[in-house]
Amino acid sequence: MILIVAEHANGKVSKSTWEMVTAARELAQQKGSDTPVTALVLGSNIAPIAAEIARAVDQVLVADLPALAQYDSELWSAAVAQIAREGEASVILIGASRSGREYSPRVAIKLDAPLLEDVISLKASGETLTAQHYTFLARVTETIETAGGATGPIAVVTIKPGVFNPAAPRAEAAEQFDVDLNLPAPRLKVTGKTAERSSRVSLAEAEIVISGGRGVGSAEGFTQYVEALADQLGAAVGATRAIVDAGWRPYSEQVGQTGKTVQPRLYIAIGISGAVQHLSGMNKSKIIVAINRDAEAPIFKIADYGIIGDVPQLIPAILTELKK
Amino acid sequence: MRILTYIRQVLDAEESVHVANGAVALENSKLVMDTMDEYGVEEALRLRESGVEAEIVAVAVGPARVQDALRTALAMGVDRAIHVETDTRLDAIALSKVLAQIAQQEQATLILSGGQQADWDSHALGAATAERLNWPLVTWTSALELKGATLTGKHDVEEGSETFTLELPAVITTQQGLNEPRYPTLPNIMKSKKKELRKESLDRFNVTPKIKFTNAEIQVKSRLNKILDGKDAPAAASQLVDLLRNEAKVIA
Repeated sequence: MILIVAEHANGKVSKSTWEMVTAARELAQQKGSDTPVTALVLGSNIAPIAAEIARAVDQVLVADLPALAQYDSELWSAAVAQIAREGEASVILIGASRSGREYSPRVAIKLDAPLLEDVISLKASGETLTAQHYTFLARVTETIETAGGATGPIAVVTIKPGVFNPAAPRAEAAEQFDVDLNLPAPRLKVTGKTAERSSRVSLAEAEIVISGGRGVGSAEGFTQYVEALADQLGAAVGATRAIVDAGWRPYSEQVGQTGKTVQPRLYIAIGISGAVQHLSGMNKSKIIVAINRDAEAPIFKIADYGIIGDVPQLIPAILTELKK
Repeated sequence: MRILTYIRQVLDAEESVHVANGAVALENSKLVMDTMDEYGVEEALRLRESGVEAEIVAVAVGPARVQDALRTALAMGVDRAIHVETDTRLDAIALSKVLAQIAQQEQATLILSGGQQADWDSHALGAATAERLNWPLVTWTSALELKGATLTGKHDVEEGSETFTLELPAVITTQQGLNEPRYPTLPNIMKSKKKELRKESLDRFNVTPKIKFTNAEIQVKSRLNKILDGKDAPAAASQLVDLLRNEAKVIA
């Protein structure tokens, strides 16, 4: 079987899970039609999630336990490795979210399997998996394959969000099974949380992202220009490392190497010069628009459209134009 | 106690990447210690300066040239260095086998390693090493304190951040924002030349990579590059909105 670990947030199946379903179905087809796709749902009070994902796969395994209310790399990796072993999974698909990329290496080592990280394409031929992923801060596309010779699963794979098309749900729901897990006691104790949820669309799932950098001038400037434009277009807002460090914006909005990777239909960079670390988080966006006063800013090199000029004059003019 | 900081030598972020014969070519490019790892070296030094009695050992795996990165770590203040020499590229899972064995051999109780590699963009090394040692792990750490055997700190998660507490031994992955790495001073550079840099052969670690790297290419998405002059703001704004609506068709 091909095992998908379903990602979910706030009582809903995440878009990344539907994308993994597409990757799994393609793999199942390449491997032969009798390869079932199984989803594993981990969490507490997750019945609605299990019901939702049942319409995408051939079988759903549910571990609805109070112990799984809070994500932990030791718990998650133990659960996934146990289910992969018991179900003799050939491929394990995990979302390349921050947590997925954290616990997947543990799963790979427990199963003595290769780890293919953050892949953008995946192909099975016989017992070999071939994948592509980005390297060098997303500037190079590399092809990798499993070296074979393993007796266990072919590979543990993390799937980059926003690349595969989300699968459409089917009319029929697959059967659900509760599973028993042998879980370790978590050693990392979380003593406090700062949730930085914005009221807007989530960055990772947004079709349009408006981001701001130092060129917006101040925290107030960010609200006045970036947030105003995002509200007008129904977009998510993003920020550069520099202004997150300056305390103008929360970390959850950071786009780039140490923040989130996005690839929306439209990315508008306002007052962003375009350091390579920032570009690595957004350079796969379909259409990139740059607005910056510095004609030499590297962001213009990867822009489809741009305006060289002052943010305080240009953004109000764009808002006026959009409202016409 | 003993702290291991794992360091890697990578292409300077300001340099452009070149590909030849299906692989990234690093010849003639400026190579530096991965900045993500530099935060780990700095944090180890700061833990010691905060009163923790510790020997700090820098470890690197790679060709002869990675010694330059180890020398930088020694000049920053690390006590000694271990270089496992190999020209074979190891993926993070394979690399973790080397690092875990060195941690055991050195009886280390804290390992610091960068959160993401600037060359292979991998996040896996810290977690894989923790798993091999059966140690807990904290990734994307932005603040760290050590009192006795108890680590406390803060780290970034999917949507926001968490504060945590944890007993040693542990693996911590580091990132920008944790600290401001120091520059080696001239006296420290001179002193570092006398510090131990021990070479080891990869053979004795019994590592078999499970991944083959078959191709690398630079796929540049062609961009339209229609850049407008914004001196007349209303005119430029009108033109841009028209392009986005009617040419790119990305807004209504």
